[in-house]
Amino acid sequence: MIVAVMLLLVTAGTVIFHFMSPWWWTPIASNWGYIDDTIIITFWITGVVFVAVMLFMAYCVLRFRHRAGQRSEYEPENKKLEWWLTIITGIGVAGMLIPGLFVWNQFVTVPPGAAEIEVMAQQWQWSFRLPGKDGELGTSNALLINGDNPFGLNPDDPNGRDDVLIEADDLHLRLDVPVKVSLRSLDVLHDFYVPEFRAKMDMVPGMVTYFWLTPIRTGTFDILCFELCGVGHHDMRGNVVVDDAAAYEKWLQEQETFAQTMARAAPPMGQETDIALKADQAVARTSPQD
Amino acid sequence: MVDAAQDQVNFVPPAEVEEVELYHPKSWITKYVFSQDAKVIAIQYSFTAIAIGLVALVLSWLMRLQLGFPETFSFIEAEDYYQFITMHGMIMVIYLLTALFLGGFGNYLIPLMLGARDMVFPYVNMLSYWVYLLAVLVLVASFFVPGGPTGAGWTLYPPQAILSGTPGSDGGIILMLVSLALFIVGFTMGGLNYVVTVLQARTRGMTLMRMPLTIWGIFMATVLALLAFPALFVGAVMMTLDRILGTSFFMPAIVQFGEQMEYGGGSPILFQHLFWFFGHPEVYIVALPAFGIVSDLISVHARRHIFGYRLMVWAIVIIGALSFIVWAHHMYVSGMNPWFGFFFATTTLIIAVPTAIKVYNWVLTLWRADIHLTLPMLFALAFIVAFVNGGITGLFLGNVVVDVPLSDTMFVVAHFHMVMGVAPILVIFGAIYHWYPKMTGRMLNVPMGHFHFWVTFLGSYAIFLPLHYLGFLGVPRRYYEMGDTSFIPDSAQDLNAFVSVIALVVGLAQLVFLFNIGWSMVKGKKSGPNPWRATTLEWQTPETPPGHGNFGEALPVVYRWAYAYGLPGAKEDFVPQNLPPDQVMAEGGEDLGAPAAQPAE
Amino acid sequence: MNIFRQLLVKPWLTEQDAALELQDDRTFSLPTPMLGLRVFLIVVMVFFTLMISAFTERRLFSDWHSTPVPWLLWLNTGILVLSSIAMHWAWTNARRERMDGLRLWLSVGGILTLAFLLGQLLAWRELMALGHFASTDPANAFFYMLTAVHGVHLVGGLVAWSRTTAKIRRGSKADDVRLSVELCTVYWHFLLLIWLILFALLLLT
Repeated sequence: MIVAVMLLLVTAGTVIFHFMSPWWWTPIASNWGYIDDTIIITFWITGVVFVAVMLFMAYCVLRFRHRAGQRSEYEPENKKLEWWLTIITGIGVAGMLIPGLFVWNQFVTVPPGAAEIEVMAQQWQWSFRLPGKDGELGTSNALLINGDNPFGLNPDDPNGRDDVLIEADDLHLRLDVPVKVSLRSLDVLHDFYVPEFRAKMDMVPGMVTYFWLTPIRTGTFDILCFELCGVGHHDMRGNVVVDDAAAYEKWLQEQETFAQTMARAAPPMGQETDIALKADQAVARTSPQD
Repeated sequence: MVDAAQDQVNFVPPAEVEEVELYHPKSWITKYVFSQDAKVIAIQYSFTAIAIGLVALVLSWLMRLQLGFPETFSFIEAEDYYQFITMHGMIMVIYLLTALFLGGFGNYLIPLMLGARDMVFPYVNMLSYWVYLLAVLVLVASFFVPGGPTGAGWTLYPPQAILSGTPGSDGGIILMLVSLALFIVGFTMGGLNYVVTVLQARTRGMTLMRMPLTIWGIFMATVLALLAFPALFVGAVMMTLDRILGTSFFMPAIVQFGEQMEYGGGSPILFQHLFWFFGHPEVYIVALPAFGIVSDLISVHARRHIFGYRLMVWAIVIIGALSFIVWAHHMYVSGMNPWFGFFFATTTLIIAVPTAIKVYNWVLTLWRADIHLTLPMLFALAFIVAFVNGGITGLFLGNVVVDVPLSDTMFVVAHFHMVMGVAPILVIFGAIYHWYPKMTGRMLNVPMGHFHFWVTFLGSYAIFLPLHYLGFLGVPRRYYEMGDTSFIPDSAQDLNAFVSVIALVVGLAQLVFLFNIGWSMVKGKKSGPNPWRATTLEWQTPETPPGHGNFGEALPVVYRWAYAYGLPGAKEDFVPQNLPPDQVMAEGGEDLGAPAAQPAE
Repeated sequence: MNIFRQLLVKPWLTEQDAALELQDDRTFSLPTPMLGLRVFLIVVMVFFTLMISAFTERRLFSDWHSTPVPWLLWLNTGILVLSSIAMHWAWTNARRERMDGLRLWLSVGGILTLAFLLGQLLAWRELMALGHFASTDPANAFFYMLTAVHGVHLVGGLVAWSRTTAKIRRGSKADDVRLSVELCTVYWHFLLLIWLILFALLLLT
């Protein structure tokens, strides 16, 4: 008796907790509401199975508890029942998988015309790079990194000269404009995640990874590192600010480009070609993805 | 059925057992220390695994203290915290669960349940334990080297694991890798034994489909382990070379803290593939023995055959096979080619079908049964609750796009603790309550057992259920402290404090269990040879605990499957596997061959 | 009976099951140690397959510079082939209970294996003299690692070989050591096969 009651209480407690929980998603700020929808579908399908199994178990414990002289029924298998259960489970699984795969297809397909930005991670800070007026990010390589060129940009690449570099400051994104976020790491694995955006991807040294999103509401959001990256992992924070078009333009005007940074640093001539050669060899290596 | 057919059925040719040269211990040392008897090795494995598991339990308390009450315990620094989570995870998954299920239960139950005298290679079996012990000692040693044990997370992802920004990157990581390599060598020795014993040393009449599901689970898990551990071994060797010789298997060009490093050209993702090619089957290496054991617990204590035995066996085999083509579902957001996501999401969700069937068959076994709510049965029921809960959250994480917001959050922590922490450990407890009488000849104390059960079951459920919801909120795993965020309400901290308190209580309740084990060995009620009235061979031994060679003069001959409970017309509600057919029926009972309720086909 | 057909049996129907009882209780009609060795070889094969796939995956990157293969490796390969043949002869002699031949060829096999290992070390020395260290290039790293793990497996084989040799020294009959010699031979052939695959891969790059 008490066992059956406890099973019922656990089931009821789980369901009530689910609906009453004060801990739930943050209000979404990107186009990835589809992901939330897929989760809701999954919740309903699996929730029904969970409750059904629990109730059935509680019933059995109550009804078929040992009594004097009782014997179990001998029925080693029941093909018809097992087929039905398999088919129904298969349908339930398909009901979760198919919407999921559709959304994943959207997730990995960057829409044409998405603006590209780069997020660069290192222990334990975030830096960002915007493509500048030409709309293209210049090539980069870890071997080129030094105090004057913290992003490792290729100084000979004209695309990189107008790139906007943001270090130790907030990233700004424009409202309603799809953006492809290219991800780079200098040292170990990191992961760029803004809970309100729902999208994340690891950053792997030696390669460039990506995801895309469209911000759908303005505000300031936390950036957290979501892949263990050493003792400072929990301190690796940043902010992303979603602006409307006017505020975004105003902010962009205030940022410094790579050319400006380099002009300030003014590297002695002659070193560049050597470095660029080294970089060319290395760029080739990073191209094949996995 | 006609009598002639009956005779044919009843006639089993006498077992022509080859004269096996049984190993005979000659002194106290060879009997209890360097023993080649699988039962002694099993107990050695179990005690070592539980001892190191207690270390991991204490580590979990320490990290719960930090999470529940940040900035309270000044002796827990960030370095310490990351070392705690790493060692807790590694110990629990490999040195406790794998070793206890296969080295402990495998060694004890395989020969006994199959009617064998011992494992087929007893000497190698003994070596297996001593290499395992060495692996554990090397692991423990890493706590005492300068810099402490590694804090790279139990996944040991490079480049992080061997670079200076991570605790324990001096000696800790090297000892960790050496210990893992030793563990794998030791396990392979044991694993060869388990597999070959199951294939070759079954007693006469013990066909594959008459084996108890416990054996099926352990057998399949061992096969998986033999095929999966080499991947971890390769990864460990290559990472050790990267760390010691400066090779670049997993190390790309790296700029750390503004310094260019010597590495270049390696692939961090390659390690992740190797790790998870091992890591996902590892989940089933732990789960399959639990599936098998719990099937037997339910069947014995519900006094009913397991429902759909054949499907249960097939499900074990299918799950085992599929577990090798789902590994990259741990890597959806790792930066691997995103198109892999379609394949691995599909295979992962397909594996849910045979798993669900197992759950249905467990609860259908309870249907029209004769349920005795003994302690093993309670733990089995609790296992189903935890496993169903943890299994369905696996459907969230396996569905590639749903994994995107949830990966590396507390949801993941809650999921795998429920499904491969709480669930298998509940089975281990159930199994110990179940087989303790066979190992010692005495029953475990029941009131203490009830206390232990309710605190453990309800407590661990209360710990891990709410953590899922912190994951939805976006609380990351592996965070020393949350610090200030704009999206996490203060109530999340209250929840963490609550969870930490419960974790301490549940942990302490295990002391009652340990006390019970010791106390009952002396004061426990005498159990007799077969207290649960079970059918399988380990309960039919002439001595309890079973003596050297297990079965006395002659090996048992098996006449039927392991689940003859409630057989219509039989004298008792259970028919042992080795009971000759002419002794089964009650006076004037029906004949044996045709069970009353054969399903129409 | 076929293992897959066994899985279809309904074990609660005694009469269907009875057909199975007449067969032996072993699943494979092999000596138990031989089955143990075969299972072990499967594990070793998985191990080498994973290493080889890591190796071939890495080779696809465009910055791959192959390690020069020292000519000594050709000689070593020849020696390993001969050692395998010698082991095979030893086994043939064991089956025919010719103790003299067994003793001779078993020793030859072992000595040739030692020669192979020595040759591998010399090849390493040659490479290092040319400045190819494990840390200088991924290709070198793979070269040293693959040859090393293969060598370690051979050393393990030599442990079994020396135990067998010692047994024969102590005057065991051909009958008593035949299985040990057979196990050694199978293991040697297997490692020869692995070496030929590794060698071919190293040459191809």
